[in-house]
Amino acid sequence: MIKPGKKKKDLSSRITRRALVLGGMQAAVILGLSWRMRDLQITQSNQFRLLAEENRIRDRLIRPERGLIYDRNGLALAQNQPNYRIVMIREQAGNAQQVLAELARLIYLPLEKRTGIYNEMRKRAPFVPVSVAEQLSWEDFSRVAANAPGLPGIITEVGLNRSYPMGENYSHVIGYVGPVSEADLERYDDPDPVLQIPDFQIGKTGIERRKEDILRGVAGTKRVEINAVGRVMRELGRNEGLKGADLQLTLDHDLQNYAQYRLKGESAAAVVMDVNSGDVHALASTPGFDPNEFTFGISRTYWNGLIESEYRPLADKTISGAYPPGSTVKMVTALAALEEGLIDPEEEIFCRGYIELGNRRFHCWKRGGHGNMNMTNGLKQSCDVYYYEISQRIGIDKMALMARRFGFGAKPPLPLPSISGGLTPNKQWKFDRYQEPWRIGDTLNAAIGQGFVLASPMQLAVMTARLASGRAVQPRLVRRINGVPEPLELAPSMQIKNENLDLMRLGMFQVSNETRGTAYRSRIEEPTMIMAGKTGTAQVKGITMADREAGLDETETPWKYRDHALFVGYAPYDNPRFAISVVIEHGGSGSAAAAPVARDIMLRALYGTQPPIEAYPRALWKDMREQQANEPPPNPGAPLAQSDRA
Amino acid sequence: MSFLDPATHLVPRGWRKILYINWPLVLLVVAVSGFGFLMLYSVAGGDINRWARPQMTRFALGMVLMFFIAFTPLHFWRQFSSLAYLGGLLLLLAVNFFGTVGMGAQRWIDLGFIQLQPSELMKISLVMVLALYYDWLPVEKVSQPLYVLIPLVLIAVPSLMVVVQPDLGTAILLVLSGGVVMFLAGVSYWYFAAAISTAIGAVVSVFMLRSTPWQFLRDYQYRRIDTFLDPSLDPLGAGYHITQSKIALGSGGLSGRGFMEGTQSRLNFLPEKQTDFIFTTLAEEFGYIGTTILLILYTLIMIFAISAAIKNKNRFGALLIGGVAATFFFYFALNMAMVMGLAPVVGVPLPLVSYGGSAMLVLLGAFGLIQSAHIHRPR
Repeated sequence: MIKPGKKKKDLSSRITRRALVLGGMQAAVILGLSWRMRDLQITQSNQFRLLAEENRIRDRLIRPERGLIYDRNGLALAQNQPNYRIVMIREQAGNAQQVLAELARLIYLPLEKRTGIYNEMRKRAPFVPVSVAEQLSWEDFSRVAANAPGLPGIITEVGLNRSYPMGENYSHVIGYVGPVSEADLERYDDPDPVLQIPDFQIGKTGIERRKEDILRGVAGTKRVEINAVGRVMRELGRNEGLKGADLQLTLDHDLQNYAQYRLKGESAAAVVMDVNSGDVHALASTPGFDPNEFTFGISRTYWNGLIESEYRPLADKTISGAYPPGSTVKMVTALAALEEGLIDPEEEIFCRGYIELGNRRFHCWKRGGHGNMNMTNGLKQSCDVYYYEISQRIGIDKMALMARRFGFGAKPPLPLPSISGGLTPNKQWKFDRYQEPWRIGDTLNAAIGQGFVLASPMQLAVMTARLASGRAVQPRLVRRINGVPEPLELAPSMQIKNENLDLMRLGMFQVSNETRGTAYRSRIEEPTMIMAGKTGTAQVKGITMADREAGLDETETPWKYRDHALFVGYAPYDNPRFAISVVIEHGGSGSAAAAPVARDIMLRALYGTQPPIEAYPRALWKDMREQQANEPPPNPGAPLAQSDRA
Repeated sequence: MSFLDPATHLVPRGWRKILYINWPLVLLVVAVSGFGFLMLYSVAGGDINRWARPQMTRFALGMVLMFFIAFTPLHFWRQFSSLAYLGGLLLLLAVNFFGTVGMGAQRWIDLGFIQLQPSELMKISLVMVLALYYDWLPVEKVSQPLYVLIPLVLIAVPSLMVVVQPDLGTAILLVLSGGVVMFLAGVSYWYFAAAISTAIGAVVSVFMLRSTPWQFLRDYQYRRIDTFLDPSLDPLGAGYHITQSKIALGSGGLSGRGFMEGTQSRLNFLPEKQTDFIFTTLAEEFGYIGTTILLILYTLIMIFAISAAIKNKNRFGALLIGGVAATFFFYFALNMAMVMGLAPVVGVPLPLVSYGGSAMLVLLGAFGLIQSAHIHRPR
């Protein structure tokens, strides 16, 4: 009895001891686990909480609505148009290929496009909407919407897209928007995160580009909670962005439309501006292009057509074209002499068709010569010899100074890209540029707007406005931002003697209103709207002795070697309102090609509509009636905006 | 000795047995399972039908099973032990041929009403057969090499069958549970020292033989160990589980984010959130306080079970209670260590809490065995 009892006791105690040892080890493990739990949940808790939030919270950008652009009368020039589109969500579609095939019976959707869409969907997460069709017609869109119950996963959406209702008329001024490129990102030092939104569009040229900062608006943010595969579960918060600012331009749609029409067929530019305020009423450059082609990715053939044309449709010739201004700058040359007191306006200079300088001959445009010329006659008949003479008295540096006072040699302050400042040469410039001394012949050329001198149509219009108003007017393109008028101050005086300015104005009056005036045929008859102007014919190629002897026929010269035709003018003569400049590239002579165009556009600006036939000289009535009858009806444009109506 | 009737020294009979059940243990099991229902309700996003209700049904079934086993005399289970072990081996063999491979590569046999994992059953059968063995073996002989070899074979056979399934986690659990029964039975410490040294040697050689034709583990198993050692190696791939699991655990903080407010689980950042990683949801939603309460409940289960084992004068009963309790311990300790990044991800559920029918039934059945040993202990 004792032995088994002892044995049993022994056995029992051994299990107890081992059980306690085991329990102790387990307790140690449990303590270890508890310590680890404390470490993770108390000590490092904040760090893990942060990681958990990073996991689930995403800030998404809300696309801001781009500001609209209006003309001075509140007509929409750039707007955001509803884009009827169809997207598809794979996980809702069931058999996606079959649904696409069903859809193809309602809208045009060729097999290869369907395959592309299907592959795109396979690449993305199943809940990501993939674009199936964009910019559908309302008919197609509503047909799909009506059949939506039979098309699982198909969603009809209305997005916003930039559109330019006036098409080609504003292709250069307003420009267009397009997808953000690497170059765009580099251009901005601090790229707005909104640029990273897929399909976001940014201003590429024109006002769209230069006013990008205010047109774009400010992106809002939307804080969403996502799950592990990135699906949005709910919206946690929203911070609405700001709509881009609406711009009202100084442009007048009717005039712009007419100017573009009038220049059609030529490689040409025309600028109409208010001589007092500087408001630019028309900024026409032909040929243009349809900016709408660019917003949705341009077709290769259209693009190639644009870049291969020698008429350079992509360039805005009004501001980036630099042309030898020819005789249109003669007023500036004359004023330089008058202001310095280097010539008496009544002094007569004899023109025999050329002057000789050393062994070189400088020809007047009129081979036979003008005979005796005083200042106003010199202007009226555009006698080159007169200006050759006085320029030698002035010298290039003083001429350049006067040119700068009229806006040459500096970029007009306009919100447009690639503005040219033209070229106003002086002695220092030539030395810096060519390491050659200035020659007297250079001065003679500069006096008649040839040689090194270059100016843009915009600069010529500014010059004309300054002559007409006697004030240093600056061109202005933006009239209101978000309905708030841009401040407009009276431009400072040109500090040029009134009598000298009046003399120039008189000369310009004679150019277009007196017989023998170079633009007499393009005069305005209506006495309250008399136009004063100046023609210019600028050589693009030196005329050789051989050419002269051959008797030079413009029509036989290749297009690109023909003269540029220019005209500047303002009206009405007694109470100037508008200044105009017209440049027709390789158009021939200023009086034959540019002046009639300028007159037509000016009349349109003055009347605000089709002018009465009586405004034209009687000899032209027949032709003008025909021209007016062929005029297309004015582009009706989009409906007037409520708030920005001028 | 009973909690309710200290006067009697007789083994109870009939319905009176209900008074002799170890009720604290029953209540603790119910409490832990309750935690599980709550978490399953939460990870389903408030959908009771998804996981919580089936789990409750199985729990109810399991409780019936537990009481049935508890009321069945212990000597029946003693005699059933070797049969259970052989049956378990046959099922393991069968599952390797007819079983279905599912999540976590564990194999099961579909019995229609339940998907039976023979490896789960084997854990308990192994403890039973070893307890039987040491009950049969005279105490003096336990440390003799021959009598040490026999239980080692008993452990090795099912473990190897499980490893090839392949289910490393369960195999480790089998070895550990078997080892614990041997330890409780009084096998000399030297054997354990030797076994631990061998294990360390084996682990070293496993790594030495990596990417040679003789490598022991599958590539994915090596990768799991790699990511365990450094989860940042592959934060979106294999390390994803452990990284997200630690984020969920840590973000709970002291008091948690609130019931049903855990973002990691609700937004599916957690893998297998209703099974192996359910502890992280608990940690996220109830914080350090919640996890500590669960850990205390588990600890109390261990305390009551071990004290029941110590009190039990029947060698089979004592070893059975100790072995089953240790198996339970390894379950939750390994699971917690895994989700806290202290052990490789081996696919061990959190006992009584993780969603899973056969684990729940087997565990409650095992608690029935503990209760049977407790009720029918010699007094």
